[in-house]
Amino acid sequence: MTLHFKKETFRDDYTFSNSPEAIRRFPFPFEKDEYMYSVNIEQHMPGPQKSAFEFPIDIDEHYVAEMEDRAKVLAQDPGRCQSLPHMITAEWDLLELLMESMSKHYPEHFQLTRDGDDWRWVNKPLGVDQRFVFGDVSTLPYPPMEYITRQCQGDFALLDQRLDNLWMDAGVITAQADWSLDFDIGMNFMEWHAPVPLAKDMGIFERALKFLMNLQQGRPVRRLNWTMTINPRLDTSPENYDKWGVERTTVTPENVGNKVHLRVELQAMWRLPRSNAIVFSIRAYMIKMEELVTVPKWGRRFHRVLRDVKPELAEYKGLTRYRQMTVDWLSKHDDGAPTSPGFAPD
Amino acid sequence: MSGGVEIPVVVSDIEQATPTVRRFRLTAASGQPLPHFAAGSHVVVMMESGERIIRNAYSLVDRAEDGSSYSIGVLKTRDSRGGSRFMHERVEVGSRLKISMPVNLFPVFAPGRRHLLVAGGIGVTPIYAMADELKRQGADYEIHYAVRDEAHGAFVGELRERHGDRLTLYRSDLSEVLAVREILPGQPFGTHLYVCGPQGMIDAVLEGGREAGWPKEHLHSEHFQAPPSGDPFSARLAKAGITCEVRSDQSLLEALEEAGVDAPFLCRGGACGQCEVAVVDADGELVHNDHYLSEDERSSGRKIMLCVSRLKGRELVLDL
Repeated sequence: MTLHFKKETFRDDYTFSNSPEAIRRFPFPFEKDEYMYSVNIEQHMPGPQKSAFEFPIDIDEHYVAEMEDRAKVLAQDPGRCQSLPHMITAEWDLLELLMESMSKHYPEHFQLTRDGDDWRWVNKPLGVDQRFVFGDVSTLPYPPMEYITRQCQGDFALLDQRLDNLWMDAGVITAQADWSLDFDIGMNFMEWHAPVPLAKDMGIFERALKFLMNLQQGRPVRRLNWTMTINPRLDTSPENYDKWGVERTTVTPENVGNKVHLRVELQAMWRLPRSNAIVFSIRAYMIKMEELVTVPKWGRRFHRVLRDVKPELAEYKGLTRYRQMTVDWLSKHDDGAPTSPGFAPD
Repeated sequence: MSGGVEIPVVVSDIEQATPTVRRFRLTAASGQPLPHFAAGSHVVVMMESGERIIRNAYSLVDRAEDGSSYSIGVLKTRDSRGGSRFMHERVEVGSRLKISMPVNLFPVFAPGRRHLLVAGGIGVTPIYAMADELKRQGADYEIHYAVRDEAHGAFVGELRERHGDRLTLYRSDLSEVLAVREILPGQPFGTHLYVCGPQGMIDAVLEGGREAGWPKEHLHSEHFQAPPSGDPFSARLAKAGITCEVRSDQSLLEALEEAGVDAPFLCRGGACGQCEVAVVDADGELVHNDHYLSEDERSSGRKIMLCVSRLKGRELVLDL
């Protein structure tokens, strides 16, 4: 599949937007007209053609611009990429997973040639042609996790499994919805989920942890999560809250359609072979309200979801300040007609 | 399929490692490389024995450099279910088997600073892989291996060759005893101990570690076991409306599989928790043989692990 990569920004002048094709393939996360937490985990199997689930690692028209944005974040704040010393085997596992998947599914853009441990990686969109020795850190310009994630869309956390728990011991997190790797590094699954409201009392984390600890090689899983962002900013980190927090106050009834974005995270998890670690990938997709309502079903449904979402959830997701204004704007795109089940556009 | 991916393999070599242990080399039938695995992993080997399929879990000893094969070590035992006998008596070079993807329930503690690997008898198989991995990483480790005599110690020569004086052998024919109280003193902060062997040995080593004041987080064991036999009973599946008989030489999971039920499993040894099922009714005592359920869960009588646990009674009704 030949992709055309857009030139666009996720900061300052915010020129990011979705083409009509990108809107059609947006991973809309609501299958009903209401939302509540659930352990919504399913097999990460290939989905329909041209959907965001077609391949295990999704590369789209925003690839080059997102990689430029990641490079800017890492230049300003190297703490967004951290790895504890015992995670080096998992880093190589991750590099193999991403290179294999990207080259297999996007051969026009990425190529991997292997001769034993002598590997050659070609990334045409970013102009990379790298020979290196798999397992030898000194043959790459960055450690393996940082090297490959500077060339792959999505945030990545590497979770070590020990003592009946998962530990966030490495990651590259530059496009996060208000959580911090620097804060969470070294924490276990229960610890880093502690701030999430309601779900704890529902026993969701115990079940999710048990499930993930039994995750098998060759059987990756995925789930969708969502929040909202003002302006198409990928880096909504606590570290930079002073830059983006204030943007929540800039929403007016006139600019809702352009400024308010639904942000969906496609979270996929793989068991890694050599390290027995789990890779947790968080691929963010953003869509502004004007784009969303070009799919009438999504406009109707998101209006209903946002109108009825529990206050605790709205607060946790940071929606409180602009939620009503957005609901009012969306109400003009909801004629009350019934919506069909499932995620897909009608 | 509940157990996950199945990989067809061909037995490409059989080595009589000791009078009672055979090492089988399993080569991928597809010619594609087998997945890498983390030391301490096992695979479930599926053996077609006439009408039924025997499934036994075996620790992976190694993976060929080119990824073409794995090896496993199998002790000849009089296990009632016939898996070990099948491997020793029916499998020959060229035999075709299926294996699951590797699953790791006995991992090396990656942040550990020093590692004591303790093996007894056939328990050496995961320890072999762990020692190789620690050597590859340049980590600090010791191997303590208890055998009946030199001839009955599987892979002793290879271990000595690869690990030199990091290996200490304990031969019971020379009255040498592997005593955990002699191994533990003086070990530095950050040391982890791993034990795999007969249940009595595991219990003694863990007990010794606790007595020496080691935190339980530093004591690791492979609680892997063959499903114990017991009295026969009936299992009724409330949702599916199926009733099947569990023979005394069969696990509940095996009986369900024989009845065509696609029940969940991973380790088949009572360790992973995948086959946990809710109990609707039981007219007898649940015999919990797993290492997964908590004391509270056991005493509630509401849950059972299909792979190793049974009913001492007439009929068990499951929420399946």
